[in-house]
Amino acid sequence: MNFDLDVALAQGDFRLALRFRSDARTIGITGPSGSGKTTLLNVIAGTLPPGHGHVKISGRVFADTRRNILVPPHSRNVGYVFQDGRLFPHLTVQQNLFYGRWFSRGRKLPAAGERIIGLLGIDHLLHRRAVGLSGGEQQRVAIGRALFAAPRLLLMDEPLAGLDVERRSEILPLIARVRDEYQIPLIYVSHAEDEILRLADEVITISGGRLIDRRPDPIQTGGEEVCGDSEVDHTA
Amino acid sequence: MMAVLSDAELTAISLSLKVASVATLASLLPGIGMGFLLAKRSFSGKFLLNSLVHLPLVLPPVVTGYLLLLSFGRRGPIGEVLDRCCGLVFSFRWSGAALASAVMGFPLLVRAIRLGFESVDARLENAASTLGASPFWVFLTVTLPLGAPGIVAGALLCFAKALGELGATITFVSNIPGETRTLASAIYTLTQVPGGDAGALRLTLVSIVIAMSALAASEGLAAIVHRRLVAK
Repeated sequence: MNFDLDVALAQGDFRLALRFRSDARTIGITGPSGSGKTTLLNVIAGTLPPGHGHVKISGRVFADTRRNILVPPHSRNVGYVFQDGRLFPHLTVQQNLFYGRWFSRGRKLPAAGERIIGLLGIDHLLHRRAVGLSGGEQQRVAIGRALFAAPRLLLMDEPLAGLDVERRSEILPLIARVRDEYQIPLIYVSHAEDEILRLADEVITISGGRLIDRRPDPIQTGGEEVCGDSEVDHTA
Repeated sequence: MMAVLSDAELTAISLSLKVASVATLASLLPGIGMGFLLAKRSFSGKFLLNSLVHLPLVLPPVVTGYLLLLSFGRRGPIGEVLDRCCGLVFSFRWSGAALASAVMGFPLLVRAIRLGFESVDARLENAASTLGASPFWVFLTVTLPLGAPGIVAGALLCFAKALGELGATITFVSNIPGETRTLASAIYTLTQVPGGDAGALRLTLVSIVIAMSALAASEGLAAIVHRRLVAK
């Protein structure tokens, strides 16, 4: 994934000012609560407009305020797994899973369907209503729902935060398998070190809306610059 | 039943049911649209629109009826156009009674629908949009089904209001037996004539039965909707 982000926005007293480029396949984003991690994901998903700047992913411009481009969230093909699941309470598990497929116009992940359901271990839940599920089951279904929409990029916002240790240790390997099996670029937000280390190729730490650390250090490993004062080149 | 109620009374009852049903059904789509606008969108002039929708709730019904007469009467600016283009006449017709009832019920309908839509979690709507649903489909597949209890409640309120509407209706379309004499105006008329008490009482009982049935139907519908939304 080629990830190019330059965002400066204000929400009340909170300011988010982030700039980085990365070629990592899985980016882990960590930092204390209130540091802007979820805000960043919302900007990438398109549910929140960037105040100023741009969001480009693998050559696709999602937003560029200088060129007046703002692609709406439903046209971005970005799968989003939320901390609180957000399954549709009026639909069954199966209807939740297939929700995104109605809109993906035939685009499917290779070997989708049964495989995703089997991988996530949710075959026995298909005809249940989403509201009756446990936290762990909800997150499995939420991951499946995002995958069925055949996303080009997957965002996960603390998907394991509400779960007990046992459920976490069940689902974390599932996320790793999804990442490896479908080769979908992943941006994974968590404040749990072990999750980030397990999943991410590159770890970005933000605090107070700013990037404060980046591992592996791109300057030492010869990658992109971490942060600079000049505007990013828009000819890319 | 037939023996108990006179022909005129039966006519008033069926007319009332027709007027209230037509008023409610015709208001439903505009009410859903208005409720959605007021609940989920921000735009300039929203306060003004909101005030306009609620005006019939705070104006004396006679004033609303008179305004309808001025605008939708045969010589009124809207009434004349509708008459000429589509042969649609409201003044002194049952359709005028339905229009007056709809106008009076609309604020109640919109308020309930608005509350219903406001209670739909915007985070679910965001989730739907990240799954590829355009705003139209988000509305149809998430906002509308989850806001359905508000729509059911609003429809009942509108129907009840339409059933009991007197002031605007009698001002706009008068009190013509068989055409615009609804339950409410029939009861009113009976209380004005000597010996009308028995008839007024019979129609009052009928009103109570209709209102209770509508309430029961709405509760039943709400229970079905609720079960669909939260049952396991």
